[in-house]
Amino acid sequence: MGPRPAIAALREKIRRIEASNRPVAAVLPFHVPEIDTRLPSGGLALGAVHEVAGGGNGALDGAAAALFAAGIAARSKGPVLWCVIRQDLFAPGLSQAGLVPDRVVYVEAGDENEVLACFEEGLRHGGLGSVVAEIGRLTMTNSRRLQLAAESSGTIGIALRRWRRQSDAADFGQPTAAATRWRITALPSVPLPVPGVGRARWLVELIRCRAGESADFEVEACDAQGRLALPADLANRQVYAPTGSVRATG
Amino acid sequence: MFAANLAAQAAGLRVGMATAKAQALVPDLIIKDAGPAADAAGLEKLALWALRHYSPIVAADPPDGLIIEATGAAHLHGGELAMLNDIVARLAAAGIAARAAMADSWSAAHAIARSMTKPVVVVPMGKSAETMLRLPIVALRLPADMVAQLQRLGFVWIGDLADKPRAPLALRFGPELHRRLDQAMGRLGESIEPVRPPELLEFRRMFAEPIGAPETMARYTGKLVVELCNLLEAKGLGARRLDLLFHRVDSQMQAIRIGTATPVRSAKRLMRLLCDRLETIDPGFGVEIMSLCATLAEPFETKQIRTSLLSENPETDISSLIDVLANRVGEARLYRFAPVASDVPERSVCKVAPAAPPTGQDWPAQWPRPTRLLPNPEQIETVALLPDHPPVSFSWRGIRRRIKRADGPERVFGEWWKRDAELATVRDYFQVEDEAGERFWIFRAGDGENAATGSHRWFLHGIFA
Repeated sequence: MGPRPAIAALREKIRRIEASNRPVAAVLPFHVPEIDTRLPSGGLALGAVHEVAGGGNGALDGAAAALFAAGIAARSKGPVLWCVIRQDLFAPGLSQAGLVPDRVVYVEAGDENEVLACFEEGLRHGGLGSVVAEIGRLTMTNSRRLQLAAESSGTIGIALRRWRRQSDAADFGQPTAAATRWRITALPSVPLPVPGVGRARWLVELIRCRAGESADFEVEACDAQGRLALPADLANRQVYAPTGSVRATG
Repeated sequence: MFAANLAAQAAGLRVGMATAKAQALVPDLIIKDAGPAADAAGLEKLALWALRHYSPIVAADPPDGLIIEATGAAHLHGGELAMLNDIVARLAAAGIAARAAMADSWSAAHAIARSMTKPVVVVPMGKSAETMLRLPIVALRLPADMVAQLQRLGFVWIGDLADKPRAPLALRFGPELHRRLDQAMGRLGESIEPVRPPELLEFRRMFAEPIGAPETMARYTGKLVVELCNLLEAKGLGARRLDLLFHRVDSQMQAIRIGTATPVRSAKRLMRLLCDRLETIDPGFGVEIMSLCATLAEPFETKQIRTSLLSENPETDISSLIDVLANRVGEARLYRFAPVASDVPERSVCKVAPAAPPTGQDWPAQWPRPTRLLPNPEQIETVALLPDHPPVSFSWRGIRRRIKRADGPERVFGEWWKRDAELATVRDYFQVEDEAGERFWIFRAGDGENAATGSHRWFLHGIFA
């Protein structure tokens, strides 16, 4: 059922009241129609904070989540700031998701408060394409500060949630001001006809999405340009009705 | 005899000996005339060098030392120990055998640097007084004859002196003894008169009434920055390092040092950097003089920015962000990675300064590389067929994983030109995927056949996405 024009007009009005001095909502599309149609305005909002965490063991090592964030950062325009507490990223691995080393400045902040401060500083600056910060705890107040900082500059902020212990990962359910919340879990890849390892597969869960609905996607991991792809065996299946056939009732 | 190098000391020569006696002990002794004036001038030059590199408050500590106030400066060099190591290494590169110590007070640092056997010592905060008790009284900066008299009375260690009644000693030796003792124990403050090069760009503000409120300090910082920026503009310079000194009414001094990646003369940016650190200043009973100086200034290059109408991606300048972050977390913890031509994963990346020009290089894309690399490869228990099969299963951190798919080996040879021990070593890397789809980067030390190439144990080195 399509939205009624009166509702759409009201939504537009509310959006203008809320964002009187904010830049027009621009987005960074994933170029995967199945994901983009589920997001408001057809992509990941610029000037907003997005949360990404790994599922299962990924909550501790944050490897898939980091590559997902690197793919987004690689497709954003401009330099990238990556704030960590202690460095364990391997730059050649990120470079294989399209994030070339010349674009990324790393900050080794030492503790969580310092990471948050650097994150906010990066979001406020305005010259960066995206800022990624690896944080464990993110309170409502902190996330709102970050969100406002991102709105003021139009930079994408990615809070890469990563915890020391599996029990701490329950923190991911707490409400924050982030625009979207993603969970990336590794899935077994499709066996190749020859011995070897194929392209990695992820279960990408859109757990929360402001002005949108949550959804699950099974995708193939970032390629050399940081793009996700729908697996070939799923791409031909009609999971959702194409947008053209949506009809209004009444 | 004024000084003797290590070889001379090993031959039994001591400072203060007569030349004739020394020549009698070592017949082919090399003797040079002492030049106290030249020594002092050299020390002054070293102090200026330290001022430019390390800290805003530096003074010569004649005859053979430098005193550096590290508060508010050590974090820019990666911490206290890293700073001392850096000082000693740089002096060693210049042919100066130096020893460095970090302690709570001038006296303590002076004594510990000269008495400890290690070249670099960092005494934890508040532990200086304890350490001092175990040092000989020679370290107290007392006149030589007073030290000799004390030794004749049986005082060898500072600890011996510390718990003796004061009056009889003061009567015998005067007030100097206990002044030095109190300074060493941190009971008596000692102000450092910092060295100032004559060509320094400096502005001072003196206050009739001492100031202490943070807003007031911020306001006057702003005024000083504007004055300094006008002068920098007139001279065509930009500041690379700024020092803001606060002279307190109790003759103590506090300092803020900021550094920038490129020469800067924008008052707004410098003001922002200084005000970020203003909260670290403790005004005590009030500040009576504030002085701002550009310790390091370089020619300021103006360049035309390309307009964003013509190019799709306007060049963005993030040097202001880099400055803010570098002054927050320290320059060493802000970096970019750059490729190094090496097949050994740990050596294939190096850190470069964030403001360095882009290298334009990338790592070869054909070999899979993990997202996270463990700082040290962790040993895993495996079931594997030699010589060139990946393991069937492995257990890491107490969890057993069955391997469903694997790719490899990618053979990495040791770099014998770096270390002799790597002449024959080999690592065989495999990318493996377990039942849940998690991917790991594991390697076997050795080629699986020849024991000389490695221990044939398996290690986990990285985690793929």
